Amino acid sequence: MSFPILSLIVFLPAAGALLIGLLDRGQERLIRTVALGASLSVFALAVVLFFAYDGARGGMQFVEQAPWVPQLGIGYHLGLDGISLLLLLLTGFIVPLALLAPWEAITERVKTFSIMVLLLETAVIGVFLSLDLVLFYVFWESMLIPMYFIIGIWGTPKAGPAALKFLLYTMAGSVFMLIAIIALYFLSGPLGGRSFDLITLQSLTPGWSLALQVPLFLAFTIAFAVKVPLWPFHSWLPAAYTEAPTTGTVLLAALLSKAGIYGFIRFAYPLFPQAAALFTPWLMGLALIGVIYGALVAAAQRDLKRLVAYSSISHLGLVLLGVFALSPISLSGSTLQMVNHGIIVAALFWAVAAISGRAGGARTLDDFGGLMRPMPRLAALFTVFMLAAIALPGTNGFVGEFMILLGTFTQHRVYAIIGAATVILTAIYMLWMTQRVFHEEPRSQKHFADLRPREVALLIPLVLVIFWIGIYPKPFLGRLNSSVQQIVRQSSVQVQTGYDLLRSQVYRLTRSQVNGPAPANLRPGGRPR
Amino acid sequence: MTTSDLIALSPELIVTVLALLVLVLDLFLPPERKAWLSRISLLGLLAALVANALIHEPNPQAWQGMLASDAISGYFNFVMLLIAALSLMLSSDYLQRQGLERGEYYALLLTSTLGAMLMGSSADLLMVFLGLETLSIPLYILSGFARGQSRSQEASLKYFLLGAFSSAVFLYGIALVYGATGTTNLAALSQQLGTMSASPLLLAGAGLLLVGLGFKAAAVPFHTWAPDVYEGAPTSVTAFMAVMAKAGAFGALLRVFMLALPQQSQLASDWGLLVGVLAALTMILGNFVALVQLDLKRMMAYSSIAHAGYLLVAVAVSAAGGETAGLATSSLLFYLLAYTFMTLGAFGVLLLLERQGENLALNDLAGLALRHPLASAAMALFMISMAGLPPTAGFFAKFYVFSAALSAGNLGLVLALIGVLTSVVSVYYYLRVVYYLYMRPAAVERPIYASSSWATAALVIAALGVLVLGILPAPVFAWTQQALALVLP
Repeated sequence: MSFPILSLIVFLPAAGALLIGLLDRGQERLIRTVALGASLSVFALAVVLFFAYDGARGGMQFVEQAPWVPQLGIGYHLGLDGISLLLLLLTGFIVPLALLAPWEAITERVKTFSIMVLLLETAVIGVFLSLDLVLFYVFWESMLIPMYFIIGIWGTPKAGPAALKFLLYTMAGSVFMLIAIIALYFLSGPLGGRSFDLITLQSLTPGWSLALQVPLFLAFTIAFAVKVPLWPFHSWLPAAYTEAPTTGTVLLAALLSKAGIYGFIRFAYPLFPQAAALFTPWLMGLALIGVIYGALVAAAQRDLKRLVAYSSISHLGLVLLGVFALSPISLSGSTLQMVNHGIIVAALFWAVAAISGRAGGARTLDDFGGLMRPMPRLAALFTVFMLAAIALPGTNGFVGEFMILLGTFTQHRVYAIIGAATVILTAIYMLWMTQRVFHEEPRSQKHFADLRPREVALLIPLVLVIFWIGIYPKPFLGRLNSSVQQIVRQSSVQVQTGYDLLRSQVYRLTRSQVNGPAPANLRPGGRPR
Repeated sequence: MTTSDLIALSPELIVTVLALLVLVLDLFLPPERKAWLSRISLLGLLAALVANALIHEPNPQAWQGMLASDAISGYFNFVMLLIAALSLMLSSDYLQRQGLERGEYYALLLTSTLGAMLMGSSADLLMVFLGLETLSIPLYILSGFARGQSRSQEASLKYFLLGAFSSAVFLYGIALVYGATGTTNLAALSQQLGTMSASPLLLAGAGLLLVGLGFKAAAVPFHTWAPDVYEGAPTSVTAFMAVMAKAGAFGALLRVFMLALPQQSQLASDWGLLVGVLAALTMILGNFVALVQLDLKRMMAYSSIAHAGYLLVAVAVSAAGGETAGLATSSLLFYLLAYTFMTLGAFGVLLLLERQGENLALNDLAGLALRHPLASAAMALFMISMAGLPPTAGFFAKFYVFSAALSAGNLGLVLALIGVLTSVVSVYYYLRVVYYLYMRPAAVERPIYASSSWATAALVIAALGVLVLGILPAPVFAWTQQALALVLP
């Protein structure tokens, strides 16, 4: 067996947390150094993996497999493909910045904080790399406790209830998935031949009847939909995002929401393709509602942090649209957009924190105005982030959203058209916010000091990534391509159900008028494997 | 009586001798040396553990078919001796502080342990009854051990009256089963029931046995004693009782219902459904009533009721027989060990905080994390484990039980769904403790009572147990399954 680099990258943060646990809580500098060192090492390893990953070959690489609880058929199975690679990179990139970020920085109980962030990093990376359902579930649920602490301890005085709401809500969603996972195990074969292994199960489940697939698919879907969140499962989000400390909000929005989307891509769709096909129109509808709802509510917010929180719902809806559309282009776009969203939303939350930190905690639109003059550096950086959120060509947001819409258009025309129209909504509230905060006449007599060089230095990497992906996304897309193809192949309907037959007939009728062949997966008889 | 009989009984014998020795030594020790009794008891328990580990020859019908010495009794003995040892380590300090350190305490605790061990090894219904009484009578006395407090006396009397009543019910159940089958030996019973159909007499008898054991396990609707007794008894007794009584009761349930009564028959589906209903009620009521408890001991009482519900799920689905019975039985064994670590650990932290017989409320925990990070972290860990979140023992315990349930068809599916949903409910009250520990500023600064290294060691063992069972559960899984393979055909 080769060097277990994936295990190393998963458990390195946990080891750092353990080390910090042994330190005295007075030694804040040392604690911060260890935490930063551990998370930077993870990033370094992620970069190594980025170059070591063979994008042309695709598939799962650096696979590690060992029995974990053999009595129950639970395996320790890690693997990395293009999709998990990008998310791993995002995680490795965001966590060190989150530890360094000086805006609303954590100054109390640094030891507990560092431990919690590192434990969270282990859990998140574990989610992205697990190929065994129980292992995945263990990491999935392990994300909750550190996040609960981060929101509850360092958030606003009202954060305790918000943290508990987040925990209860997401756990209530997840327990159905637990039942489904155990059920999958018992359905997977006779005694002795059962498995929790994703790769094994993927080869079995598509042959199962809809009566089996539908409840299992729904159980997984609820768990992931709550985590993302997909409208209407978002009601925990505003409280958690706004009451959490900025670092917590960034981790929630940039990383944890990705775990939910990743779950759809890795588990829900490939495991239950027929059920997924049945529910795809509904799910796409919900995703679109989320896009519009998030944008409209964001436009009505006066609180900057809430505004960014709702804009996050809106953007995540678009990412989900691309996932549900399940075309190679849209799925690539969604995966890339996950990275983009992680970076943009983190940047926006930090920018808001930087502004409100200088205003003594005030963060409504009425508190600011004309900040361009006292804070030219922040204004410039914020403009970049804002334009990336709007998806202006040249920024990373454009590449992701364009691919999502293009890919969706080939499969589900109406949804793509509606989705494209909503991009305008983003522009409305984002530009409006920029105008109110940075232009117009000052509404506050406070003195706003511009960003210090250190603060600029922390935001510059984000700007660089925004333009890099915006201008030259090929290194990322090249590593995604074959993995995405594989997911699409696995998730496409292979066995015709009555519903699909009907759908393909309708499709043929409509297509015949424009004289084009139906896509392979909609032809009667299904696509060959 | 043969040598093999003596070997089979050796752990129990050591505990018996130990209890008597402590009682006698107590007469000769000056009051300031009472801590010696605790050390001697610990040493003796260690000897019993060693003896238990050395037994290799299974002897399913020792003492003329009264006791079964097999892999399952070996597992139960291990768990019960561990409970006794951890309880002793945790309570010594507390007793001194409360002025309760008297030699009888240790003797009674050991006697109660003996009773539980006999229940887990019994091969005859009469032996189950003897074990039940040997377990319970010391517990009645221990509940009233704080003589000066009326609450403690009330707890003792309440526990005694209801407990005596339930013992009578249990005895009557034995009589009915004997009337229906002509035997009280569990193996003979199992053989006979395999060939005959269930008579109403037998059903009634089995029902009464269930009532008697359900009382000890604090299953709904036989749980009403638990909150008051848990609240009134000295906390170190509550800790011991919460775990030992449950271990004994489920040991007996396993012997009688899961191993002796036939599976996959009409009778089995009858009692399976009955236990399933009890399990559902117990999970629901325990978890929902725990939500509104502000007194920590009462909260723990309802939490222990809720855990009895999860354990009962394993008992209920074992009626399906075959592979499910195997999974259910080993999941029960695993759950009991996980429950031991997390419950004793949680009570252990409460013991550190209590000064003079006052009852701790949630408010008393506020802000503790800032002053006592380690004790708070341990308490948070135990709470997270009880809520069933990974990576802790509680997660795999529940995972295992729900796996057994899901292999058992529709009844199991319903129970598993109720189980996971009530687990979500339980997150609320367990994490509320964490909320108070970490996120609430302290109203009054409560001191923590500097504990001896014994109590600290017990907490460390419990915390490690919770983590090891949560991260590397495979060895214990293997043990429970081996235990079973030796017993099930």
